Amino acid sequence: MADYPLPQVTELTKPYWDALDQGHMVFQRCNACANAWLPARQECPNCLKADMRWEKASGRGKVVSWVVYHSAYHDAFKDRLPYVVALIELDEGPRLMSNFLGAREALRGDLPVTLVIEREQGFALGKFKAA
Amino acid sequence: MRGKAVIAGVGHTAFGKLPGRSTVSMNVEACRKALEDANIPKDRVDAVFVKTPSSARELMYGQKLTEALGIQPKMNFALDQGGAANISLISIAIMAIDAGQIDVALVCYADNPRSGDRAIYSRPRGDDAAYGWFSTAAGYAMIHQRYLIEHGARPEHFGAVAVACRKHGAANPNAQVRKAITMDQYMASPWVVDPLRRDDCCLVSDGGAAIVIMSAKRARELGVDKPVSILGFGHGNTGWEVPLRPELTSTLAKTAAKTAFAMAGLGPKDIDVAELYDCFTITPLMTLEDYGFCKPGQAGPFVSDGCIEIGGDLPLNTSGGLLSETGMPGMQLTIEAVRQLRGVAVTQVKGAKVALVSNQGGTMHTHATLILGN
Repeated sequence: MADYPLPQVTELTKPYWDALDQGHMVFQRCNACANAWLPARQECPNCLKADMRWEKASGRGKVVSWVVYHSAYHDAFKDRLPYVVALIELDEGPRLMSNFLGAREALRGDLPVTLVIEREQGFALGKFKAA
Repeated sequence: MRGKAVIAGVGHTAFGKLPGRSTVSMNVEACRKALEDANIPKDRVDAVFVKTPSSARELMYGQKLTEALGIQPKMNFALDQGGAANISLISIAIMAIDAGQIDVALVCYADNPRSGDRAIYSRPRGDDAAYGWFSTAAGYAMIHQRYLIEHGARPEHFGAVAVACRKHGAANPNAQVRKAITMDQYMASPWVVDPLRRDDCCLVSDGGAAIVIMSAKRARELGVDKPVSILGFGHGNTGWEVPLRPELTSTLAKTAAKTAFAMAGLGPKDIDVAELYDCFTITPLMTLEDYGFCKPGQAGPFVSDGCIEIGGDLPLNTSGGLLSETGMPGMQLTIEAVRQLRGVAVTQVKGAKVALVSNQGGTMHTHATLILGN
């Protein structure tokens, strides 16, 4: 099995990956201004305060855009071609990169999607399928 | 500041594969040629501003370059701002001249990703590599796809940019690729990252380019031949990574253009020739809209029917751009604008009086605009 490019878990990002491991997605919300975002950071990018909490996402969102890889930039993806990387907007607002699972023919702008947890070498990743 | 500074000289290396050449060496060659073109000795230069090479990061790069150039200028720095850096450095040179800090500036750039390390272009994009998110091209492909979604654009609209740039490059003896393509060949070119076809993507190139900036007054005193006047410049920064942008199909290139047009006292209708950063075909299409050459979503029809080819309403990337002349990020576009305004371009646009250049970097993170006149 090819060496998989797993995320580098840090103190900052551990709650995010731990949540996926437990079956749901979380995002950060500012206690001062209620702004919500991903990926994890140490200050709110709206009000700049360092006072935030992790909040559970519904797991629902929509496809903003996507690309299809027909060649692999890493050996771990050679057997998965073609695969889709999609830009997802969660219902709660934060945006993230992920994979779209299922038939590519179903893809369209703003397609409603829902979270699916898939594991790579035991590590939980948050992917999406058509809702 | 309109017209107070000029481009007094331009120079560049061969473009393509230049094995064994360091980026410092290519910068020195380009600077030597630019100084020869301006017909001034190197000891008149009191500022060297250089864009950092993308493929081989080095600390204190500006200082290594001035050592190789054998000069000790008042001002010397290297800027990490991606492909917008060349016009940004030109702007900074003009402001430093206007502030009385310096007299003559060399602005230059060189890189060797073709014969050297090009890993940066296929890099993993942070933790998102776990989802297979790799490469520079994929970021542009994501924007390209959203443009298709929002505007119902056709592949042929992107193809028209590739066909025009390759046609212009085929006429340019200095171009790295001198092979025109048809629309059918464009449509048949293989996927890089769908929706990007191979012919949507710029070249990977070794090379260096440099220009000499001074005040219009100093150029007159030194008897510089055919100085090209700088009428306007402007900047904008979209800044955030692609997934975090509230909007994908328009950028702060708008701000860069608005600032430059205001300084020049001109608008899109006044532009005779445009050199628009074409790292991927989506970039000049969005630039045409953000700069006000056409309305949002209308760049596809705008570039069709030969409008952007020599003889069309807005000749674009007349020496081939990044898609055909050289994939170097940006300086060659300014050099081609200078050739057009001097009347010495291979694909000369008849009566060209005003030229516009766009630079941008990252994945449309950084934007800079330059308007030149003769």
